Amino acid sequence: MSQSCATEKDIYLPRPATINKTRMMNFTELYMHLSMDDVALEYKPGQFVEVSVAGLGEVPISISSSPTQKDGFELVIRKIGNVTSRIHKLKPGDKLGIRGPYGNGCYPIHESKGKNLVFICGGIGLVPQRSFINYVLDNRDDYANLTVLLGTKCTNQRFFHSELFAWRKRDDINLIETVDEVDDCWYGNVGVVTTLIPKIEAELSDACVFICGPPIMYKFVLMALAESKVPNERIFVNLERRMKCGVGKCGHCQINDKYVCIDGPVFRYSDLASVPEAI
Amino acid sequence: MSVKKLSENALVSFVDCLLSTEKVEAVQAKGDKFDFGPLESAKDLRLDYDITLLPPKKYFQPPVETLLTYETEGVYKSHYDNERFILIGVHPYDMMAINQMDKLFSQDNYDEHYMTRRNNATIIACDVETPSKNVFASSMGTATVKDGYDILLTNIGDGYVAEAATEKGRSLLSKATEAVKVSEQDLKKRQQVWDKNQEVLNNHPLKCKPSDLPKLLEKAYEHPIWEEKAKTCFSCGSCNQVCPTCYCFNVQDDVSWDLKTGERKRIWDGCLLDGFTRVAGGHEFRAKRADRFRHRLYRKAKYVPAKIGGQIACVGCGRCINACLTDIANPISIYNKLVEDIGID
Repeated sequence: MSQSCATEKDIYLPRPATINKTRMMNFTELYMHLSMDDVALEYKPGQFVEVSVAGLGEVPISISSSPTQKDGFELVIRKIGNVTSRIHKLKPGDKLGIRGPYGNGCYPIHESKGKNLVFICGGIGLVPQRSFINYVLDNRDDYANLTVLLGTKCTNQRFFHSELFAWRKRDDINLIETVDEVDDCWYGNVGVVTTLIPKIEAELSDACVFICGPPIMYKFVLMALAESKVPNERIFVNLERRMKCGVGKCGHCQINDKYVCIDGPVFRYSDLASVPEAI
Repeated sequence: MSVKKLSENALVSFVDCLLSTEKVEAVQAKGDKFDFGPLESAKDLRLDYDITLLPPKKYFQPPVETLLTYETEGVYKSHYDNERFILIGVHPYDMMAINQMDKLFSQDNYDEHYMTRRNNATIIACDVETPSKNVFASSMGTATVKDGYDILLTNIGDGYVAEAATEKGRSLLSKATEAVKVSEQDLKKRQQVWDKNQEVLNNHPLKCKPSDLPKLLEKAYEHPIWEEKAKTCFSCGSCNQVCPTCYCFNVQDDVSWDLKTGERKRIWDGCLLDGFTRVAGGHEFRAKRADRFRHRLYRKAKYVPAKIGGQIACVGCGRCINACLTDIANPISIYNKLVEDIGID
C-alpha cells in the first residue's frame, strides 16, 4: 500500500482570492478580475480554476486573461446555475475560493510559434481562447498571421465590446465576426461561424486552428476544416465537461479514457481519433 | 513474515482481545445476507460468509464524507476522519479492489482524505470459505491475494493459518496469545485452499484471459450488445453502488441551520445515472443509456486498467450481478459474447 504522506496538501482545499473588479458584459456574462490572497496564480493559456462559493459548491471556469498580464487574473462567468448565480451577486472586495490552476492540456504556445493562428470561437468559447489570443498579442513577433473568427447567437449576447473594437482597429489581428440572428443594429456577417471559414481559406494552409464553443459547434467546424484539408495534428479543441474535482478522480469529465481536467481541456484533435465521445 | 495457527477458540479470544482496545469493523450476518459493520462481540464474526452486500470500500470512501468545513463567508478547513480501526474479513477479491483504489487515490494527485482513512486501517483479510452464487474471482485472477492486507486468515479445517504481512499485522498478531506454531502440514493445507479457490470461485467462467480484455474492447465499441443490454437498463446505478472499484463521486455543500457554517461533502455517484454528465444549461454529454452502460464496462476493463498497470478493474465479486434488477449487469456474459463474436487474436 502507498506511503503515508502527511505533508501533502489537501487537493480539495480552496485558497482565498479577492475580487478587484466586476463588470456585466451582457445579460448573462460577468467579467471579474481577481487576485489570490496568498501566492499569485501561475497559469498557462488554456488552464482553468475551480471557483468555490461556500455553501453552494464549485464550478470549473476557464482563465480568460493571458499570463503575460502580471497582476491577478480574469474570469468570465455565465449566470446559468446555482453557484454562478451567486457569483453574479458578488462585488469588488468580496472573496471567492480558488483551486488550481488545472489542466495539463494547454494551448501549444511553443509549437505554434512562427505559424498562422486561427481561433474559431462560438459565444463564450471566446473566453478561454482570449487567454492565448492576448498571449499572442503580447508576444506578437513570435507568431505569423493571427485570425479570430467569432460567432455569436444574437447581437445582444456579444461581449468584450471594447476589446473586440480594439482588435478590429489593429492591423496585426484579423477579427471576423458573425451573428446567427440578424437585427436592425447589425451590419456585419450573418450566419453560423462555419460560414466564415471559406473567407480565410488562404490562412488555413499552414495554420494551427483552435476551436472552442458550444458542444454542437465542434462537429460542424471540424467538417469544414476537413474540407479545407487542415490536418488533424494542427487542430486543437478546447472541451467542456461536467467536473467536480478537477484532479482526475471524480469521473465526471471522462471522455472514453481521457479526463478533460487532467488530459485537457485543450486536446490536439488527432489525439482524439480513438476517443469517440469527445466531439 | 510471521505465520501462526489459531484454533477457532483462539481466534475468538484474539478478536475479543482486539475489541477491548480497538474499534473493530467486521463481517456479520444481516438477515439472510452478510455485511461489514461495527463488531461488538467476537462471536458475531462470520468468516464463513459468501459475499457482503457492500464491499469494504465504504471504510475508505464512505457513501457520504466531509471533505471540508467552512464558514459561509468563505474560510475553508480540511476535514479528515482520523480514527484508527481494524477491518476483519476482507475477501481476496475485495482486497485486490482496495489495492487498486489505493493506487488511484494516491497517484497523480494524492487524495489525503482517502489515504488518511486507509492508513488508519489495519486489514485482516480472509480466504473465501463459501463461494457466493455469482462470484467469478477465479476468472479474474483475484481468488487469492498476495499483498495489501496486514494479516491473512485461511481456514484449513481444524483452525486458521494467520499470516502477518506487515509490521502493523505482526504487532497485532502478537496479541493472539493462544496462537501456536504452524506445521508444514498446515501450510500444505493452506496451499490446497488457495489452489482450490483458484478453481472454484468461478460461477461465471470468462472465456479469455483477463489481460485479453482491453484489446478485445478495442474492437467492441460499436457492437450491438450495448444497445441490446441497455434496452432494459433502468439507469438505477445499483451496479455502480455495489462495485468495489467504482469510485466516481459528486461533491455537495451542506449548510447549517443558521447559515453560518457548513460542510463540503463527497458523495458516491454512478456513471449509469442519468445526469452524471449533465452541465449547467442542460447539455448532457452521455445522454444515451447504452452509452452509459458501455462506459461502465469500458472503465472496468480498459480505461482504469490503463491507469493502474494493466490490472482489470473488475475483481469478479459478482455484486453487480446480485444487484441488477433486470439481470443485464453480468460483465462475464458481455465479455464472453464479445469473445465469441470478435475473437481474441
